[in-house]
Amino acid sequence: MKRTAIALVMTLLTALPVSAESLVEISDAWARATILTSRPGVAYLTITSAAADRLLEITTPVADHVMIHDVVKVDDVRRMRHVMALDVPANRPVTLAPGAMHLMLAGLHEKLREGQKFPMTLRFENAGEISIDVAILGIAAAGPQGETE
Amino acid sequence: MTSHNFNRLRFVRSILWGMVVLAALLFGGAYIFQASDHKQMSSGAEGTGEAAIHSDFSLTDHQGNRVTEASFPGRWQLVFFGFTHCPDVCPTTLAYMADALDRMGPEADRVAPLFITIDPVRDTPDVMAEYVGAFHPALIGLTGSEKDVAAAAEAFRVYSEKLDDDTAPDGYLMAHSGHIYLMAPDGRYQTVFREGDQSAEDMAIRVLAIMNGNTI
Repeated sequence: MKRTAIALVMTLLTALPVSAESLVEISDAWARATILTSRPGVAYLTITSAAADRLLEITTPVADHVMIHDVVKVDDVRRMRHVMALDVPANRPVTLAPGAMHLMLAGLHEKLREGQKFPMTLRFENAGEISIDVAILGIAAAGPQGETE
Repeated sequence: MTSHNFNRLRFVRSILWGMVVLAALLFGGAYIFQASDHKQMSSGAEGTGEAAIHSDFSLTDHQGNRVTEASFPGRWQLVFFGFTHCPDVCPTTLAYMADALDRMGPEADRVAPLFITIDPVRDTPDVMAEYVGAFHPALIGLTGSEKDVAAAAEAFRVYSEKLDDDTAPDGYLMAHSGHIYLMAPDGRYQTVFREGDQSAEDMAIRVLAIMNGNTI
């Protein structure tokens, strides 16, 4: 009887909806140090979600606007495409990386200096708002795992 | 008809057929050649040994000096077209080019690394000075009038365009190819490199091999 009760509680616990926020995980968030404040910055990260979701908006106190830019290559010409909302499929990481999809930080309020970090908030359709810290790496950085210099 | 005459006719017939085949080859070949030539001309920055690409420009460097392709006598040129508002491809490519230069050691002095802006209105010599210095001490930033920059891009067959985008700073973005051109001291096109296609070490090795005439 007691065992049945425990089993029942366990079943109920696993069946309970987990808080939506924990389904989305942001990793490897980094930005490239900038040279001129008047020029846009760039940030990259990886989004992993246990359930399908959509990234709707990104904000940061260091810039006026954060835009998702995809790089579309046609006949060897690369064009930037402004993505209004980014679909994140279930259990399939979406990686933003140099030369590919990236976050453009327009209207920087200050230079992004190597070694510092800044906060960024990502708003998802289902998971809601997630705040992260973005590490600023060197101008020649290729990613948080290893710099080219 | 004697067998001798028959043989002669067969001989003439094979000559004629031979001429038909030869004519077909010549016309076909000419057509294919023309087609591929046309394709090369229209493919813009595609770098497959086009004779048309050559170093030819008259611009202002980041120190305010008027420079042309002849301002670097005896030196090879690594040329990249980009713009400072480009947050992703340009810094990535310039950092890659700087890395390759460092890996060439003292031989890097034989190369003039040039960064030519395709956005001269916003990329003034002052902006270029601050920008190029952050990547490599040897990197030379070049800008000029829109006409002069367009002429330089034309010589290198570089494709660029302004894309209107209300959400972008100043309302436009630039599209471009991310090639780094290697040009011989006489201005002739040698090859192109692109970040992501090979490591900076491999690019350095290849540039050195070409400069030393050891191409495989």
